[in-house]
Amino acid sequence: MSSVNRQVSVRQLKVKKCNTKCRLIVFATLAICLVAVAVFADRLCPYDPYAQDLSLSYQAPSAAHIMGTDAYGRDMFSRVIVGARASILSTLALVCIITLVGTAVGTISGFIGGKVDAIVMRVSDFFLAFPGLVFALAVAALLGGGVLNAIIALAVISWPKYARVARSQTLSVKVSSFVQAAVLAGDNPPQIIFRHILPNIFGPILVTAMLDIGTMTMELAGLSFLGLGAQPPIAEWGSMMSSGRSMLQTYPWVVLSPGIAIFISVVIFNLLGDTVRDYLDPK
Amino acid sequence: MFKGYSLLKYTIKRILQLIPILFAITFLSFAMMRLAGSDVVEQKMLNTGQVVTDAQLEAAKAQLGLDKPFLVQYITWLNDLLHGDMGVSFVSGMDVFDTFISKLPATLFLTVTSIVLTVIISIPLGIISAVYKNKFWDYFIRFFSFIGNSMPNFFVSLVLMYILGIKLRFFPIISREMSFESVAMPTITLAIAMSAKYLRQVRTTVLDELGKDYIMGAKARGVKFSTTLWKSVMRESLVTIITLLALSIGSLLGGTAIVESIFMWDGVGKMAVDAINMRDYPIIQAYVMWMAIIYVTVNLITDLSYRLLDPRIRLEGTDNE
Repeated sequence: MSSVNRQVSVRQLKVKKCNTKCRLIVFATLAICLVAVAVFADRLCPYDPYAQDLSLSYQAPSAAHIMGTDAYGRDMFSRVIVGARASILSTLALVCIITLVGTAVGTISGFIGGKVDAIVMRVSDFFLAFPGLVFALAVAALLGGGVLNAIIALAVISWPKYARVARSQTLSVKVSSFVQAAVLAGDNPPQIIFRHILPNIFGPILVTAMLDIGTMTMELAGLSFLGLGAQPPIAEWGSMMSSGRSMLQTYPWVVLSPGIAIFISVVIFNLLGDTVRDYLDPK
Repeated sequence: MFKGYSLLKYTIKRILQLIPILFAITFLSFAMMRLAGSDVVEQKMLNTGQVVTDAQLEAAKAQLGLDKPFLVQYITWLNDLLHGDMGVSFVSGMDVFDTFISKLPATLFLTVTSIVLTVIISIPLGIISAVYKNKFWDYFIRFFSFIGNSMPNFFVSLVLMYILGIKLRFFPIISREMSFESVAMPTITLAIAMSAKYLRQVRTTVLDELGKDYIMGAKARGVKFSTTLWKSVMRESLVTIITLLALSIGSLLGGTAIVESIFMWDGVGKMAVDAINMRDYPIIQAYVMWMAIIYVTVNLITDLSYRLLDPRIRLEGTDNE
């Protein structure tokens, strides 16, 4: 039997906030570790991830090679660690780009209003009217392979979401009395945007961005899996899975280890995203 | 009478709004193809495996009308398009539109089976999760929903292939024909990700409904909770849930590309991925354009039927105009 209890005591709220804070610290630490692995990948990997040794090809996981080796005898563990660079750092770059572009466009369009706003919203409607992945495939196909092109393809389809969030937040902050006061005090538009609007709309945008990191990691890896992102021999999780997939039956570790790496990173980013949302927007 | 009129007006308005979007879609698809530039012609000639001279290249470009101004090319192309002529594939030499239509049923079949499986999984689990809010089953179900949300579909495909196909030999790894046996693994893959997502939305919708006063009223009058759940909550939540699912058809149609190509499911998604690898631009163009058109149309139909089903939204929507 479900009874919906809408009244929550102040104490319960405080306990909840404290729990959320603890979780936030734990998941943020994990995420920072993950990024640190990506940044210091070169020093962390036990073998040269690009050194080929055909006599060692398709070694099963062992003490020397804990994730085994691939077709060219390259150590999978080292490749997975170095793969974090292409996979995680480029995802973070992608999320930064779309957050900045989307926020800039949304805030300015919401602040100016009128015709500019109408045009910007039509354009973003148009992007939202497209099935995302199809469009990303098309852009990536047009630009050709490469991590940078995959980032561009996903950035082109993803910014409107941020523009929408930033715009709706700007519209609600714009009418508040402190912004009106700033206008009366003679602040110029950039001052108002940077000093009064951006700090107040930062929360929802941060939540959107944090929740997006996991999805973007998967989409970027998906494009690489299709051969539209990182190109071999560059170690990247999606393309590593793709190149090993014909060997799934005999040498499953070649496919599963980068897959598990993607899974773990996405789990960490999603947990962090959910926690940031709970922390900034407690319900 | 007035309500019916305003819905009709809204419908007409939405269909009119669709026209610029359709133009934009076709223009973008066309521009995409042309941006690839003369490279297309070279690619086409290289695919035939012959040695090509510059004169032959120019002749081929003239034959395809590539020497004319951009807008003229677009209008010619649009005219051909309206007559069902989208050119021929660079690789197979087959008619693009025919190829697309011949592959479409496989993708539609996969889409339908995935949505059916998603409904079967997400609605009961979502309701259980809402009814047992913050109890063991809720946490259990949400845990799996979280896991499902964190796995890219190509990883799920390969894991399923390894476990169900190679180790247990339940299903064929490569689909040979359109049968329920071959569609099983791609369907499960797509349904896992979708169920993980929709389960949460079903949960939220049912929770909203359970929080309403009439539930308390029914409880006070001594109506059995299961009766309230099935007779009232389900009926009220269903509209929202069906809308969400219908909206997902569009994104699903696009999202099948990776899964189709992994399982060798012979639909438009695999066709597109193969075409991308071969730089077969007419096929890519057809895929992008038709997928966008299907997506926009499905979303419009969903939106309209949603308004038809729920008079409150119908009025809100028209009041805002």
